[in-house]
Amino acid sequence: MGVLEAAPEDVAVRKRPSPVNDFSMVVATVNGTGSQTANLALLRAFFKMGIPVNGKNIFPSNIQGLPTWYHIRVSHEGYVARRHTSEILVAFNQTTVHEDIQNLPEGGVCIYNADWRSIPQRDDITYYAVPVNQFVRDTGMKGKLRDYIANMVYVGAVAFLLDIPIEKIDEALHHHFNGRRKLVDSNMSVVRAAYDWSAANLEKQDPYRVEPMDATAGQILITGNDAAALGAVFGGVTVTAWYPITPSTSLVDALNTYLPQLRTDPETGKATYAVVQAEDELSAIGMLLGAGWAGARAMTATSGPGISLMAEFTGLGYFAEIPAVIWDIQRVGPSTGLPTRTGQGDILFTYYLGHGDTQNVVLLPATVKECFEFGSTSFDLAEQLQTPVFVLSDLDLGMNNWMSEPFTYPAEPLQRGKVLSADEVQEKGFARYKDIDGDGIPYRTIPGNEHPKAAWFARGTGHNANAVYSERPEDWVSNMARLAHKFETARELVPSPVLDEAADAEFGILAYGTTQFAIDEARNRLAAEGIKSSFMRLRALPINQDVRDFIARHKRVYVIELNRDGQMHKILQTEVPALATKLVSLAHLDGMPLTARWVVEAILEKREAVNGDR
Amino acid sequence: MSTKQQERSNLIGLTKVDYNGGPSTLCQGCGHNSIANQIIQVAYELSIRPQELIKLSGIGCSSKSPAYFLGQSFGFNSLHGRMPSIGTGAFVANRNLRAIGVSGDGDTGSIGMGQFKHVVRRNTRMVYIVENNGVYGLTKGQFSATADEGQVLKYAGENEFPPVDICLEAIIAGAGFVARSFSGDAKQVRELLKAALSFNGTAVLDIISPCVAFNNQDTSTKSYSYGKEHETPLHDFGWVPPSEEIVIDEYEPGTMKVVEMPDGSYIQLRKLDEDYDPTDKLGALHRLQWAQQNHEFITGLVYYNPHRPNLAEVGKLVDTPLAYLPAEKLRPPKEKLDEIMAELM
Ligand SMILES: Cc1ncc(C[n+]2csc(CCOP(=O)(O)OP(=O)(O)O)c2C)c(N)n1
Ligand code: SF4
Ligand SMILES: [Mg+2]
Repeated sequence: MGVLEAAPEDVAVRKRPSPVNDFSMVVATVNGTGSQTANLALLRAFFKMGIPVNGKNIFPSNIQGLPTWYHIRVSHEGYVARRHTSEILVAFNQTTVHEDIQNLPEGGVCIYNADWRSIPQRDDITYYAVPVNQFVRDTGMKGKLRDYIANMVYVGAVAFLLDIPIEKIDEALHHHFNGRRKLVDSNMSVVRAAYDWSAANLEKQDPYRVEPMDATAGQILITGNDAAALGAVFGGVTVTAWYPITPSTSLVDALNTYLPQLRTDPETGKATYAVVQAEDELSAIGMLLGAGWAGARAMTATSGPGISLMAEFTGLGYFAEIPAVIWDIQRVGPSTGLPTRTGQGDILFTYYLGHGDTQNVVLLPATVKECFEFGSTSFDLAEQLQTPVFVLSDLDLGMNNWMSEPFTYPAEPLQRGKVLSADEVQEKGFARYKDIDGDGIPYRTIPGNEHPKAAWFARGTGHNANAVYSERPEDWVSNMARLAHKFETARELVPSPVLDEAADAEFGILAYGTTQFAIDEARNRLAAEGIKSSFMRLRALPINQDVRDFIARHKRVYVIELNRDGQMHKILQTEVPALATKLVSLAHLDGMPLTARWVVEAILEKREAVNGDR
Repeated sequence: MSTKQQERSNLIGLTKVDYNGGPSTLCQGCGHNSIANQIIQVAYELSIRPQELIKLSGIGCSSKSPAYFLGQSFGFNSLHGRMPSIGTGAFVANRNLRAIGVSGDGDTGSIGMGQFKHVVRRNTRMVYIVENNGVYGLTKGQFSATADEGQVLKYAGENEFPPVDICLEAIIAGAGFVARSFSGDAKQVRELLKAALSFNGTAVLDIISPCVAFNNQDTSTKSYSYGKEHETPLHDFGWVPPSEEIVIDEYEPGTMKVVEMPDGSYIQLRKLDEDYDPTDKLGALHRLQWAQQNHEFITGLVYYNPHRPNLAEVGKLVDTPLAYLPAEKLRPPKEKLDEIMAELM
C-alpha cells in the first residue's frame, strides 16, 4: 500500500517490536497522599538503570482528594513525549479505577489494591492484586501516613513485576531524601516487604519489563523550573519579585534554595540578591522595573493570570526602555482555566502585551538545558535591548523531570548593555533616547552615577531624545520609529531557530517549546512511511531571516502548537504576509502534553485534504 | 567667586538653583507647587548630593511634580498608584539611594491603596509624600477617597462616603514615621521633610495641598462655572482661574488655625501639643480619629517608631548596592555548577 493511501491510524498506531524498555505506565492515585515520592522513586530508578525515561504529573487543582495521574514513559529509543495510551496501570484510586481500566489497551496490565471489593473485569488484560492494607497494618503507622506508605507498596510490586533491581529503588530514594538514611530505610522497608511478597505470591504473566542500558550515563534529571532558577543564579540575578502561582512557584522555590547556597557573599555572609514576595503580580513587575532602572538584573516568574496583571507595566517597560525578565510558565487559560494543565496560550498576549504600539521579545525554551541557558541569557538580552523580555516555558517543561546532558558553564561574560559611567558621560555626553549607533538602542545611565549630567527622568509620557516631556508629533514619531528599529535589531540578537532539514522534504513543520518531543517522534514515524519533513523549532520572537527562508523554500509549512486558535500561526502570518498562504495551522489544546499520535494524525488529515499538490 | 555667590553655596558647593527642576506646568497657586519648592529648599539646606537622591511618582498632577525639582537627580514618573513598587525595586537594587516619592490622594488612597499599605509594611526606605487635595486634579474634579463625607463639588455632586485617612492607614500598616502638614505652612513642611529624609524606613507625609482649579461653588468668583461664563471663547475647556497660593502664618503648638480653601470652605489645622507623645501608637490612632470626628486636621509628627528594620536590612543585603556588584560576585564559579550537575545525575 502506498504511503498516501495509508489510513491515518495505521501510521498513527505504533508497531511495537518488544515490550522491553518500551512502554508507558500510569499511576492513578489520590492527590495529597504523598504519591509523588513513590512516582519519582520509580522514575529515577529507571533513570539509574540507564533507560531513557520521562515522567509527567497530571494533577488536579486541589490540595487533597482529587485524582492525580503520573505518567512514566520508558523508551529505549529515547522518546520522551507523552503517549496516548499506557500499557501499565497502577490503580490506586478507587474513584477513577473504572475509567482507568477502560483506558488500558488490549494486553495491558493492571496492578491494584486487593482490598477493594470489586473492580471492572476485562479478559484482555492482566491483573495483579496487592494486599495493601496488610502491609500498611504491618508497619503500625496511623492516619495520613498510611496513605503515604500505601504508595511505597506499589513501588515494591512494580519493581518486582518489571524487573527493577531493588537497590535501584534504594538509590533513587537516597537521592530523593538527600541521603537522609533514616527516611530512606523506613520507606525501603515497605518497598522490600511488598517486593518480597510479590515475588512469593504473584505470577508474572505479562511481557513488560526493563533491562539495564547505558543510555543515561552522564545525564542529569531535572525540572525546567529548577533549571531556569539555576540559570538565573549563574546569570547574576540580583532582584526577584514574585507572587505565588502554579506552575511557576517551584521556580522561585528553587531560587530560594540555590541563592543562599551560591550567592551569599563569603566575606560578609550577606546576600548578593534579594527575593521579595510582592502583594500581587502588578507590584512584582513594578519592582522589576524599579530595580532594572536602578541597574539590577531583575526577574519574576508567573503564569497567565499574573501576565494579565502585568500589562500596563510591560508597556511602560517597553516605552521607558527598562530591562526586566518575566518567566511565564504557561498553564491553560482563559481565566483560571485549567490551572494545573499545560498549554502554549500566552504567546500572542505576551508578544504584543501593552496598550499602544508595543512589541516584546519572547524566548521559547523547549528543554531543561534551554531553561538553564535562557535563565542567564534573558538578562543579557533584556539589558542589551533595554526592554522587558518574556521567557515562555510551560507546566510540562517547568514542573516535570527531564533528562538532559549536564548544563555547561556560560562561556560568555555577562552582557550588561550600553551603560555609561560618569567618565563616559563626561567624554561623550549623554542623551537618553538618542540613537547613537544606528541600531535603535540608546545609551543609559543608572542612578548613583556621579556625573551631574547623568540623570534622566524615566516616564511613560511622550518624550524627546533627552527624556524630556514632549507632545510634539515629530518627537513621538521619531521615538516610536527608533523603538521599531530596535526591535529589528532584536531579531539578530535573540536565539536563532533550530533546524532539522530533510533533503527531499514534502513539507516543513514550525513549532516551539515542548511540542518538539511529540514532533520529533511523529516525524520519525512519518519518515518510516516515506513521508519526509523538515522541522524548524523557533526559540524566540521576533523571528529572523532564517524563518522567512524556511517558509519560502517549503511548499507548505505546518505550524504546530498547544492552543486553540493557532496563535503562532497568526503571528507568522503577519510577519511574513507574502508567504501566509503556505502556513497551515495545526493547533490543539486539551490540557495534556502533545502526543506523536496527534501530530501524525493531524498532519495526515490536513495532507489528505489538500493533497492536490502531491 | 564673589562673596555673594559664596553665600549662596551650600556645604557641597551647590547653589539653590542647582536643585531646581524644569518649569512647573501645574496651575498657578496649586499647593503641589509649594511642596516642590520646599523640597528644593530642604535639599539645598541639607546639602544633599543630587546623585544620591531619586525622585519617584505615580500619575496625577501631584505625580508630575518630580519633574519640577532636583533636575540633577534621577527620576521615575511611573504608573497611576504604582510608585511604591518602583521604589521598592529601586531600593533593593541600590540601598544607598535616598528616595522622595510623590503621590496624590487618588494615586495613594484609591488605585494605589494596596501598594501603599505594602510598601509601608515592608518598610522600604523612602519619603512618601501624599499631596492630598481631596479630588482628582488631573482628571478634572472627581472626588477622591480622602474627600470629606457630605462635601459638595460642582462636577462630582455630594460625596456620600467616609474619607480614607492616609495617616491612620499608614500607622495601621506599620509605618514608623507618619506626619501631616499643610502645603501653605512652608516652615512645618520643611521641618517634617528634613526629619523624614533622615528616617531609615518609609516616612509618610500626608500634606494637605489645595487644588485651586476645581473650585466649584457657583457663587464664587473663583469657581469653575464663574470662569466659564466669563471666559473668552478661545480658551474653551481648560480655563482655570488664576489664583493665589494659600499661605498661612506661623501658629503655635497646641493652637488651631482656620484656613479658607479655594472653594470657599474652611479647614481647621491643629498643631500638635508640645507634650504630645508621637511614640504612643494607640494614642496616635486615637488622636487622629478624634480629629476626624471634629473635622480638624492635626498637623505635625503624628507617629514615630524608628525601631523596625527596613527591607534591605531584613533581606540582609550586602552593603554594596546590588546594582553595583561586580560580575565575579554575580556569577558563581564553574566548580559550583559542576557539583550541582553531579548531584543531579
Ligand atoms: C490606570 C489608570 N487609570 C486612570 C488614569 C487616569 N488618571 C490620571 S490622574 C488620575 C487621578 C489623580 O488624582 P490624584 O492622585 O489625587 O492626583 P492629583 O491630580 O489630584 O494631584 C486618574 C484617575 C490613569 N492614568 N491610569
Ligand atoms: S488641577 Fe488642581 S491639582 Fe492639578 S495642577 Fe491644577 S490646582 Fe493643582
Ligand atoms: Mg488629588
